[in-house]
Amino acid sequence: MRTSTSPRLPHSEHAEESARLLWNAVSTSDEHAAAELVLRMLDDGADPESVLLDVIARVQGRVGEEWAANRISVAQEHAATAINERVVAAVSVHPAARTAVTRGRITVACVDGEWHGLPARLLAEVLKLRGWRVDHLGAQVPTPHLIVHLHNTRADAVALSSSIATRLPTAHAAITACQAVGVPVLVGGAAFGPEGRYAEPLGADAWAPDARAAADLLAEEPLARPETDHQQSDDLPHLADQEFTVVSRSSASLVRHVLTALEDAFPSMRAYSDLQRERTAEDLAHIVEFLATALYLDDEALFTRFIAWTAEVLVARGVPASSLPPALDLLARELMDFPRASRILRSGTHTLTTAHSTAAGNTA
Amino acid sequence: MRCNDAAGPLLPAAAPGTSLVDVAPAWLCAAHTRLASPGPHPVPETGLTLRGDIGGRHFEAHPTVRGDGSVAWWLVDDTGHQLAREALRRERERSAFLAKASNVLLASLNLGRCMDGTAHMAAENLADAALVIAPARGQRLPVVTCVRGGAPATTTVTVDLDEVPGLAEALRGFPPVPSRWIDPATAPGWMTPERFGPVGSIVITPLPGHGVPAGALILLRATETAAFSDEEEAFARLFAARAGAAMSAARLYAEQSTVSDMLMRELLPPDLHQISGVDFAGGYRPSADHERIGGDFYDVHPATVEGAGALVSLGDVCGKGLEAAVLTGKIRNTLHALLPLADDHQRMLSLLNTALLSSHHTRFATMVLASAVRRGSAVDLKLTSGGHPSPLIVRADGTVEEADTHGTLIGAIPNVSATTTTASLAPGESCVLYTDGITEAKGGPMGDDLFGDERLKRALAGCAGMPAEGIVEHVQMLAAQWLGNRPHDDMAVVVISAPRTHHLSAVNGHTRGRFTA
Repeated sequence: MRTSTSPRLPHSEHAEESARLLWNAVSTSDEHAAAELVLRMLDDGADPESVLLDVIARVQGRVGEEWAANRISVAQEHAATAINERVVAAVSVHPAARTAVTRGRITVACVDGEWHGLPARLLAEVLKLRGWRVDHLGAQVPTPHLIVHLHNTRADAVALSSSIATRLPTAHAAITACQAVGVPVLVGGAAFGPEGRYAEPLGADAWAPDARAAADLLAEEPLARPETDHQQSDDLPHLADQEFTVVSRSSASLVRHVLTALEDAFPSMRAYSDLQRERTAEDLAHIVEFLATALYLDDEALFTRFIAWTAEVLVARGVPASSLPPALDLLARELMDFPRASRILRSGTHTLTTAHSTAAGNTA
Repeated sequence: MRCNDAAGPLLPAAAPGTSLVDVAPAWLCAAHTRLASPGPHPVPETGLTLRGDIGGRHFEAHPTVRGDGSVAWWLVDDTGHQLAREALRRERERSAFLAKASNVLLASLNLGRCMDGTAHMAAENLADAALVIAPARGQRLPVVTCVRGGAPATTTVTVDLDEVPGLAEALRGFPPVPSRWIDPATAPGWMTPERFGPVGSIVITPLPGHGVPAGALILLRATETAAFSDEEEAFARLFAARAGAAMSAARLYAEQSTVSDMLMRELLPPDLHQISGVDFAGGYRPSADHERIGGDFYDVHPATVEGAGALVSLGDVCGKGLEAAVLTGKIRNTLHALLPLADDHQRMLSLLNTALLSSHHTRFATMVLASAVRRGSAVDLKLTSGGHPSPLIVRADGTVEEADTHGTLIGAIPNVSATTTTASLAPGESCVLYTDGITEAKGGPMGDDLFGDERLKRALAGCAGMPAEGIVEHVQMLAAQWLGNRPHDDMAVVVISAPRTHHLSAVNGHTRGRFTA
């Protein structure tokens, strides 16, 4: 597998200032000001790639941070993203972004179930600027559609984007399917973990940390045509123990059992409104989903990172994270016959206790 | 030396008293000298049998040192064995190659990729360079060329087929001809890859497809490589049969998908954008992930007369899949024809009802019609439901109102009735039309709850002030997350919004607006 870690260009103060202005427009849903700002930068001769990656991508990163810190709502996040999408569309039709096709053909897509379409959109625009012929299939592309597209076109490579780790099993299926029809796959996005560590176990041909690095990597030399006799099951031999299958299939009943047990353990929960109860169930379903993904990749860190992040988000929303450890314990009790699941849940609990004591130490 | 009767014919010069050196081949003499020489013998490696040729046949030689110091050489003829072993090795190599070829060729239904694979494998295994030619219309031939050790390259050559002996027949598949040799001196220039050097031999093999010609394979060998043997040529034909079948399947697939794409284009939901100062956005998800169309549909038609509203239709045909999609096409066409009546929703629904009743379809549909027109900074709406879930209006303060319109479903009974309601959207407010695939999505954290009207309204309450496509995406995402991997019905959402600020027309990708220099 090839990976790229090309150094980022030095951040110019100009880009930072533009990003600040764009954030102001985007966060107040002023799409008119947002588009005007970006188009004026292009009129003034700014490099379109830099506008996309050093200004718009940076603002989009901030949208995610602001949401995690509970400074904006999910709906505001969607609104900001929608405006960013429109701004990207405006950049793509600006005369400065008009480029002739000088290279091969690349298909850009998000994994099925992946709703964060902007990173892939930005990559598609950057590849166009670099002279590729790009087919951008958009967010959440069902794998069968992707494969039909590859049969109908002669793409040199697929660039697959995923931001949420729980999409990784689906991403694995998509990667294998593309390779089975003879097309190499470059992956990217937060889902693939720190330094893209999940890209290799999932059989990706290459990984890149961001759009610029992905474009550099593709320009370097063409990705080799994958071997067609690759067996998907060879990638992750631990799946033979069926733990992933059982946990992901019984998610709904696990959630129900743990929720009931939590209500027994915490009588105060019985006073929850239906909405609160549903939120708790959703949180539990999320935990089970990440547990299943950690089982799929046999990686405890995937689970502990999620647990630590959840605790932070809960704290940011003023919800005590105290319900997390008992939830993990109850899940562990349900899954005590599954050694890998038990180990992963234990490490989740461990993360919470150490994080908690650190937090307590800080406040003391 | 002495020899027995059997050795006589083998070594005709051997007679008692002659020297071994004069009658036996060098390899045997050398071994004998090593064995007979005094002093410490090099320990013969165990299991290593001495072998060599005598008079065109192959022998194993086993020495026995006799009591008197002389050596008896037992010669065993294993010519047949050797030939069999060599043939077995070759056959194994070939079947491994054919298996690999099948793997590579079966993997893709893309003609270009099949041609690449064919040229690449032929150049690596059968020749020094290979050209794969697809049959063409006219004189322009798509050609993939690959030199051993290189990557396949696609070109198009304009060629007079009759100029190359055998090529026209191979590409036509008629008359059926086996591979054909051509004189490298008469080969046209495009047949020789750049920097290939002088060509020693060229053979043209037809690629037979599924009963139709799929193209031709041209194999080239350099002068320093041996020319093709009959056996190699026969083997190349085996490979050509597989390659031809794969290319033919890819071609059929491409033809079929062109036809279905063309037919489907009319049935796909349209891309929505701003029309006359009103924002429209739509999202569609068919019930089956491998399909792109289903029984839900929507359309937005610009006003036919100045000052009238754009007409939005969103509906749901009973059933799903292709058959339901065909009926959505009929309904959409009928509505299109009725556009001059767009102002009178009830009349439109009634005429559509009559049209559906008189068609051979037994299916019925529910739908909602909306006329939207910009008045100042507000958008005036007229909404009519024909048996469809009522549109929801998202106010600027987050209040969600259900539009008060009800009616009978379409295409089931002779007379339909429906009530029409009006509403006005202030800037930033939206009207959401949806199909029951959203509200009847079954799932959630416990796995068996319906998404339901209440959850949808609650979600929309948080969407106040959002751009239309943001609301569509938000609703679609919530429904998809609610479902997880569970089966579902077709789902469609259309959002009509009054633009929040002075609208920027440059960003819908259709006009450049005032930013054009």
